[in-house]
Amino acid sequence: MKIAVCVKQVPDTWAEKKLRSDDSTLDREAADGVMNELDEYAVEEALQIGEAHGAEVTIVTMGPERAGETIRKALSMGADAGIHLVDDGLHGSDALATSYALATILEGRGFDLIIFGSESTDARMSVVPAMVAERMGLAQLTFAQKVEFEGTQVTIDRVTDSGYDTVTASLPAVLSVVEKINEPRYPSFKGIMAAKKKPVETLTVADAGLDMARVGASASWSAVVDFAARPPKAAGTVVTDEGNGGVKIADFLVGQKFI
Amino acid sequence: MGEVLVLVEQVDGVVKKVTTELLTLAGSLGEPSAVWVGPGYSAAAEAILAEFGSSVVYVAESPELAAHPVAPKAEVLAHLVAEKAPVAVLVASTADGKEAAGRLAVRIDSGVITDAVAITADLIATQSVFGGSTVVHSRVTSGTPIFTVRPNATPPVASTGAAARSDVSISLSDGAKKASVTGSTAAVKGGRPELAEASIVVSGGRGVGSPEGFAVIEALADSLHGAVGASRAATDAGWYPHQYQVGQTGKTVSPQLYIANGISGAIQHRAGMQTSKTIIVVNKDAEAPIFELADYGVVGDLFSVVPQLTDEIAKRSA
Repeated sequence: MKIAVCVKQVPDTWAEKKLRSDDSTLDREAADGVMNELDEYAVEEALQIGEAHGAEVTIVTMGPERAGETIRKALSMGADAGIHLVDDGLHGSDALATSYALATILEGRGFDLIIFGSESTDARMSVVPAMVAERMGLAQLTFAQKVEFEGTQVTIDRVTDSGYDTVTASLPAVLSVVEKINEPRYPSFKGIMAAKKKPVETLTVADAGLDMARVGASASWSAVVDFAARPPKAAGTVVTDEGNGGVKIADFLVGQKFI
Repeated sequence: MGEVLVLVEQVDGVVKKVTTELLTLAGSLGEPSAVWVGPGYSAAAEAILAEFGSSVVYVAESPELAAHPVAPKAEVLAHLVAEKAPVAVLVASTADGKEAAGRLAVRIDSGVITDAVAITADLIATQSVFGGSTVVHSRVTSGTPIFTVRPNATPPVASTGAAARSDVSISLSDGAKKASVTGSTAAVKGGRPELAEASIVVSGGRGVGSPEGFAVIEALADSLHGAVGASRAATDAGWYPHQYQVGQTGKTVSPQLYIANGISGAIQHRAGMQTSKTIIVVNKDAEAPIFELADYGVVGDLFSVVPQLTDEIAKRSA
């Protein structure tokens, strides 16, 4: 089986994130870049599927040069190869442009399964996997909390607001996984050394055969009008419990008409 | 005024609260039309949709549409966009809704803005990003604007009115039929509202200390008819199921009232709740950063403060 895992480099979860004043894009220089946390579950799932059923796992990312660190991390966890789409012309691409670029580079490479984390911790849109499935005409198996194979049939538990749905499809398919589907492994020293020798294909917009007019900020289907830091919240009242803390909160809730 | 399509969210034929909010919002942008996809449409559903401003309901009720995830909703909406040329399409910011909006955007080659908390009459959306630390205004610049709107963004306003039913039938694309829904399992939630759309959320964190400790959190939630949430520390420890996690890697909530108990308020958690309208904090540690968000805070042991509060609510609501 051939598996692609699409990963994204994002600012560290614990870092304060902000937008750049010049072009209203995320300021990626202001914080350390890490692999999107939810993508670690996607990489782990691919490796586990490979261990159980045999698979070649390719890590795919789109982003500036340092996003290559994310591919190296996944390779050191045990993935086999990487594809890095890197080009200044991609800066500012929105979800539609990103899904177009990913679908174009994934197409024709014979992947049986394309795995994503269910969302990125920076943009938090959660739409790219569905968009890629739509563009490629592939089965959409997203928000999986459990994945099972029977031959070429894949069945998942899809998390919904009210519980979960059982969804099934034949390969090839697009899969996205939620947090806690597995326990992502840490790269071993041996894995880190081996990763240095694994192949990473670097593609520009031209190499990938992308239409320059459909990627980057200028091709965006939406635009930021303005942005501002949320005004700091006015300080509230904080009291120390003297045996009547619950009563005091109830008084406050009555005042706010919640009771 | 132009037509604004609103995709109906429903569970077993019952219209969800978020749809009444979206119809109200749509009424400030144009003429709201509800779009129903899947079986289960009824006079009761139609009455609710009409009450919140829908003058037309497009009904696509072939069972086939519910047999496949997400894509049928996008394809019904794409059909209606082509036929009716609406000024905008509104979809709830649920997992399903956002994916349907994403597929629709690809299909009709239009821009999509997710997680809007407000939309002005000239279709500029407000988003609260990076865990609520930044407020962004943006607009769609190409095609028919598609917005996904967060639950609790607009107070629903009922009026009197009737809705005309208009049946829609489409043939699904081959791609849409490639994945099939074969079953549905409801989570046990003890009759509580869904976390994402609840008006009141009561959450517990590290300070709750054990799975049993969540009984006091649930009792308070039930006294207020609210939903229960948990911080990542509590879900990682296995004290409460993961799907109730509020935070950057869990659910984002924006209820009228959020009560944080035994939660320190790391960025991870604040990112999921700091746009809540009113925030109450109970924590033993007076230095906990969550107090910065509190409209009202009590420094104290949650195991004495929370049960006392639950009792008081019962007394005062009686």
